[in-house]
Order: sequence, then structure tokens, then C-alpha cells
Amino acid sequence: MANTPLLKVDNVGIQFGGLKAVSGVNAELHQGELVGLIGPNGAGKTTFFNLLTGVYVPTEGQIMLNGERLNGLAPYQITRKGISRTFQNIRLFGELSVLDNVKVAYHSLARHSILSSILRLPSHFSGEKEMEEKAIEFLKIFKLDGLRYEMAKNLPYGQQRRLEIARALAAHPKLLLLDEPAAGMNPQETRELMELIAFIRKEFHLTILLIEHDMPLVMGVCERIYVLDHGQLIAQGSPEEIRNNPKVIEAYLGEEVS
Amino acid sequence: MANINRKKGFWLSIVLALAVYVVGQVLISGEILNSFYINTLFFMAINIILAVSLHLIIGITGQFSIGHAGFLAVGAYASAIFTMKLQMPFGVALLVGGLAAAVAGLIIGIPSLRLKGDYLAIATLGFGEIVRIFLLNVDYVGGASGMQVSHLTDWTWVFACLLVTIIVIVNFTNSTHGRACISIRENEIAADAMGINTTYYKVAAFAIGSFFAGIAGGLYAHNFYIIQPTNFGFLKSFDILIFVVLGGLGSMSGAVIAAVLLTIVSAFLQDYPETRMIIYSLVLVIMMIYRPKGLMGTKEITQFFTKKRQGIEGGESDGKHTAA
Amino acid sequence: MEFVQQLINGISLGSIYALIALGYTMVYGIIKLINFAHGDVFMVGAFVGFYAITGLGMSFFPVLLLAMAVCSVFGVLIERIAYKPLRNATRIAALITAIGVSLFIEYGTIYVRGAQPEAYPGDVLPSTSFHIFGATISSQSLFILGTSVVLMVLLQFIVHKTKIGKAMRAVSYDAEAARLMGINVDNTISATFAIGSALAGAAGVIFGLYYIKIEPLMGIIPGLKAFVAAVLGGIGIIPGAMVGGLLLGVIESLVSAVGYSLWRDGVAFVVLILILIFRPSGLFGKNVREKV
Repeated sequence: MANTPLLKVDNVGIQFGGLKAVSGVNAELHQGELVGLIGPNGAGKTTFFNLLTGVYVPTEGQIMLNGERLNGLAPYQITRKGISRTFQNIRLFGELSVLDNVKVAYHSLARHSILSSILRLPSHFSGEKEMEEKAIEFLKIFKLDGLRYEMAKNLPYGQQRRLEIARALAAHPKLLLLDEPAAGMNPQETRELMELIAFIRKEFHLTILLIEHDMPLVMGVCERIYVLDHGQLIAQGSPEEIRNNPKVIEAYLGEEVS
Repeated sequence: MANINRKKGFWLSIVLALAVYVVGQVLISGEILNSFYINTLFFMAINIILAVSLHLIIGITGQFSIGHAGFLAVGAYASAIFTMKLQMPFGVALLVGGLAAAVAGLIIGIPSLRLKGDYLAIATLGFGEIVRIFLLNVDYVGGASGMQVSHLTDWTWVFACLLVTIIVIVNFTNSTHGRACISIRENEIAADAMGINTTYYKVAAFAIGSFFAGIAGGLYAHNFYIIQPTNFGFLKSFDILIFVVLGGLGSMSGAVIAAVLLTIVSAFLQDYPETRMIIYSLVLVIMMIYRPKGLMGTKEITQFFTKKRQGIEGGESDGKHTAA
Repeated sequence: MEFVQQLINGISLGSIYALIALGYTMVYGIIKLINFAHGDVFMVGAFVGFYAITGLGMSFFPVLLLAMAVCSVFGVLIERIAYKPLRNATRIAALITAIGVSLFIEYGTIYVRGAQPEAYPGDVLPSTSFHIFGATISSQSLFILGTSVVLMVLLQFIVHKTKIGKAMRAVSYDAEAARLMGINVDNTISATFAIGSALAGAAGVIFGLYYIKIEPLMGIIPGLKAFVAAVLGGIGIIPGAMVGGLLLGVIESLVSAVGYSLWRDGVAFVVLILILIFRPSGLFGKNVREKV
């Protein structure tokens, strides 16, 4: 683990017209860490994810992944550099099967061209076969291979969330951003999710940044936590430090933080 | 086992295609079909090509393009110029028509990238109109009175083009590239996030779709003796749109079936154009209210023949297995 | 001076576009639908006006009011029958339905009365000419301009000073919230269609008086151009539609004046493409981002 952080966010901010949705955020993530990002609703957490993934271009500051500047790159380019994500409101490809959803994430690794597919050259068949095999192996890890031909939109909610994570992982990220993965889950499902997150982190040597409102989840799995309020970083530290931080408590206006 | 089934399906399709060709050729050269039926048959094939090409843009990639007649026009006029003014062989002219339309597709595709839904629809409609107005004002191609074109379209050409169109689009759809396009349709933001270069694929869809519309244009131009800008207005674009919508947005076999059905309806209502349009418009409205999925939804006809649900096959194309 | 003449022509033409554009922009603002059939309501207004003048011998103001009333009802009928069921459908489904309704009205009209054009009598409005700045302005132009201005002022009054106008604005911001506040959203939407269609009907009569020739497919091109005008001004924004309409009319006339008259129909579409590329939210519009 080198001293260069995997992700370095330098004074990043974005302004929409007169509104500074995010400003002056400094953050670092080191390889292998599991870090949480919390804050009241509207604090700018998803906006921050959107900045990291290229959906928005920062109006100030810079974002560096392994020392490489990401500002201004298109989202698909940033994904190929190693950042992948899930969404607050599930964004699966509804009319595609479970298997196809995952295959899409492998697309950037495919080497057969449009022409080769149209002409059904050998490279098409070998490329497709490879994608199929990899995708099925992947589904097996997530225990979704039995559902591989189901249309994604027909899956129950919990499995859709799992599929979204599986798909994000199939894109082979170095850094995985999870946006409220436990939303709408009961305690049993949340526990299983925690185990899943711990598992994939170890298995895939991932660095994970997690947005969550579920405090037991965040306090339970995260090594460090950043706290955002009104687009600015108001605190960072270990779960204990955050739990007792008066600014954080105030930001949540007396909400139970433990 | 699945491999053998696929190979069987593949050879079956080849035999079927050959059979259709031979039957058609016999019916025509044997003068069993009169010119009305022959024309209808050719028109049907041209409409299928148009429907399938628009299906790639709207049904697969989700780009709501309603100026398709513009590409048809570009193909028609470009190919006509090559045969009538430059004395080139028909095959070359067809290819040129396709390529010219593809270039137009690129020109439309690139600015369209930032437009969504309604705005894209209106922009493409506007483009179609600009093409028509442009042709109206260019004397080299006859302006409003149009251009006379020799009758070079025959069953072999029509069938060959139809076959190529279907094979290309089926092969494209049943591959990672087709999946990429479908992912754009389903959820463009997620597609971006999963590493799909959405810009590239949207443009590719427009280019390929417009290429085949251009080919159809070449076939059309050399079948009806004369082409005029009025043939290529938004009414024509709506005609093509209805094939795709009636068939089911996302289903290629649906588009084919709708094209066949509506060509037949159109042929029989030839003398009653207003009735035809009234029926079309009612079909559109009633369908959108009661069955927006169209005839086939996003299913393909082969799904009714396979007992096990299959995803996109990586194996050989049997000509009919398609996505989702 | 040719320029001033064309400017005046442009403003007259533009005020017709503006009246139609207002209907587009109001409907889009409230239910995010491009009402493709709007141009055909304009056509219906023109024909109602024609039959009222020639068949019933009515004079200008009653004809105007009649056309506006008929189109108003017609617009609400369309909304209730074809658009209301699709309130929650995808935008594309609604757009396709609108196209279907438009085709139905056009070809239904041809089916019923044939495709032949009609000519408005030229003597409905007093026709004297004024000469200002070397240009000739007919009193007809002034009348038309005056009527358009009055209608637009009336619209502004309704939108900003009446209860229904306030309801319209509320629903266009947030339909759910408006419903919770006790506003009858369905009736508000219908009222929007009613007002927009009335303006289109007025535009139809005015068009007939000014340009004389009317036919069943006359609504297509002006309809599309009026839509471009609405986009130019900022779709959903009422002053935008007025400005956009006038601007488009003037641009078209000037293009015609400098000798490219064959291309005048293309102007609107070129403007459209330019606007969509460089400033899709229009002159008065604000950028609305999709929530990720």
C-alpha cells in the first residue's frame, strides 16, 4: 500500500448558477479502505458521487485517481479508469435479463468490433463466449446465476439491489461507490448486505465509499467517515469520533447518531 | 446440445431464405403475379427495410427519431444521381445512396446527442423537413417536379438488400454492441456509468439505421419511375414510425410484421388515401391508449418457438434469435 | 423601403405564429406534451371562420368569437379523449398519440369536405392603406396586429390576475402539490387547453383574413413553425412564445426579402436546430437538470 492515495479529492466543488451544491471538499481514500459518507438529506452526497463519476464536471478543485486527473473526463472514461457505482434509485436495465445486465458491464473489456459482430467473425464468437462465461461466473458469486434469464425488472427489490452491485463490480473497478445500498431493506436484509460488502471488499481488493442513512450499518462497517452538510465537509474521522462530534449532531438536528 | 440446435436453426434460416427467393422469382418471371402484386411485394420489402432500420434507432437504442424520410430521400436522390446523371451501375448507386444517407445520419446523430425525448423528436422532424425543402429548391435534381429514374429495381436486388439488412441488424443486436445500445435505451445514465461510450453507440445506431434507409431509398427511387420531394415529407416519416410503434418498440419481428400488414392494408386502400390515413391515425391513438406495447412488446417471434427462455446467444446467428 | 415593409410583414406573420405558439407553450408547460394537433386546431378555426363569414354572413368580431369558442371546445375534447388517458404514460407514447390525433383531424377533414382550398372574402375588414416610412401598411395589417395584441394582453391578465391563471401556474410547477392544495388539476389542464385552442382559433381566422387561402393541411407547417417559435422563446414560458413568434416571423420575412424566398420554410427548422444545439432552454428559459 503506497503512500499515494487511490483517490485524492482536492478542494472540489460545483456551482449551479448561484447555488454551490458542493464546495471546498478535501478527501482521500487509500487502497482497501471502506469509508462512509453521511450527512442530512440534501447535503450533496449524491452530487459528490456524480462529481467523482463524471456526471458533473467540478467548477473548482480536482479529482485524482492514482495520481491521474479525472476532471472533465466522460463518465464512461472514468469507469474505465476504475470507478464504478450504484445509484440511490436503482438503475438497472429493466428489459434486459440478469445475465445481460452484467454482460453490459463487461462491454468495455470486449475486443471484438461492430464489424466483427456484423460479419460474425471468429473474434465475435470468442469474445461473446468469454463475456458469457465471465458473467455467469460472476453471477454465481452473487448467487444470482439461477435467475440469469429473468428480466431485471421482474426481480424482487432486494435482488435488484444485489444485481446492481454485481453489475457495478463486473466493471472491474478499483473504487466502488455505493449510494444508499440499504435503502428500503429490513434489518435481516441489511445484515446480509453488510456481509456482502465485507465479502466483496476482501474478494475483489476493493476500495469502497459508501453513502448511507442507516447508522448501524455505517458505524458497523466503515473504518472512516466523512460528514457532509450543505455541500461542505463538516467532519471526518473514525465512527467514535463522528458519533460524538457536536457539529455532526447539530447537522442532524438531534437525530440519534448511534 | 444447444450448439447443435443453433446450427440447425442457422441452416434452417438459409434454406428458408433461399426458398422465399426462389418462390418469389418464379412467381414474378412466370408472370403469375401481375404488376400490382409485384409492386406491393417490392413495396413490402422496402418498407421492411425501412421499419427495421428505424427499429435500430428507436426500438433498440431509444433515440426518438421521426425524420427517417429524410434519410430515405437522401438515399433515393443520391442513387438516382449516380444512375441517371453519372451513368453508374445500379449496385454502385445503391451503395452510394446508403453511404450518403449514413453521412446524413452522422450529421444528425452528432448534435442529437445532447437532446432527449421530445426535443430529439422535433429536431429530427426538422431535419427531415430541411432535406425536403433543400431538394425542392435544387434544380439539378428537378426541384419540385422531381427526377425521372429508370426502373432498375428487381426481385433479386430487393431480396438481397432485405436479407442483408435483416442479417446485419440481427447480428448487431445479438452482440455486446446491441446490448450496449439497449442499455442506452433502458437507462442512459447507468449505461454511461457502466463504461458504455453512449455517444459512440448513439451515433453508430443513427449511421447504420440511416445507411439502410438510404438503401431502401435507392430501391424506392428505381422502382417508381419518378421521385419528388413531396414523397419524402413527414407523412412518410410517420408511415415508417407507425411500423415500429405498431410492431412494438423494441421488437424487430414486430416491426417486420407491422410493415407487412400495413403495406397490404395500404395497397388495398390505394384509392382511398384519406381512409388509409384515418385508419392509421386511429390505430396509433387507440394503440397508445390501450396497448402501448404494440403487437409484440419487446419480444421476438422466435421466443414463441423456444421452450426455454434464452438470453442473447453468443453463438451463431440463426437469423431469428434476437435480444430480450 | 423594402426593409421596413418586410419588417411589418414579419410582425404580422409573427403575431400569428405567436398566437399559435402560446397554445403550444401553455400545454407543454402544464403537462410536458408537444400537442402536435395544435396546428390543426388552428386550421379548424380558419374553416369555422370561413363558413361563418360566407355561410352565415357574420362580421369580424362575432366570427372571431365563434371560432375561438368552437376551437376552445374542440381542444378540450381532444384533451379529454386522447391525452388524459396518457397522463402517466411515457412522453413518447403521448407524442405518438398527438401525432395520431393530428393526422386524424387532417384527414378526417379531407374525408368530410374534400381537400380543396377555400378563399376568405377580401372585404371583411376595411382596407385602406397608410404610408409610413416609405412602406405601405394596410389597415388590415393594423387590425390583425391590434387583435393579436389585445388577445395576448388578455392572456397575460388571465394568467396573472385570475384564480384559474394562478391554478395553471401552480399545476405547471408541481401538479401533485397543486392537487394537495385543493386545485382541480384535471379542470385546470382542460382550461389550459381551452385557452390555448381559443388563441389558435383566433389565429386561424386572422390567417384567413390576411392570407386568404385556407385548406385542410394548412395547419402543419405553421404549427411546426409556431412550435419552433415556442422553443425559441423558451418552451413553457408565455412571454417567450410571444417574443419567439414575433422574432421568427421577422426572421422569415427578412430571409424572404434578401432573396431566399424559396427557403423561407426552411428558416424555422434551421433556427430550431441552432437553438437546440446552442441554447436548448430558449431565450427566456432556465436549464433544468435531470436528477441522477
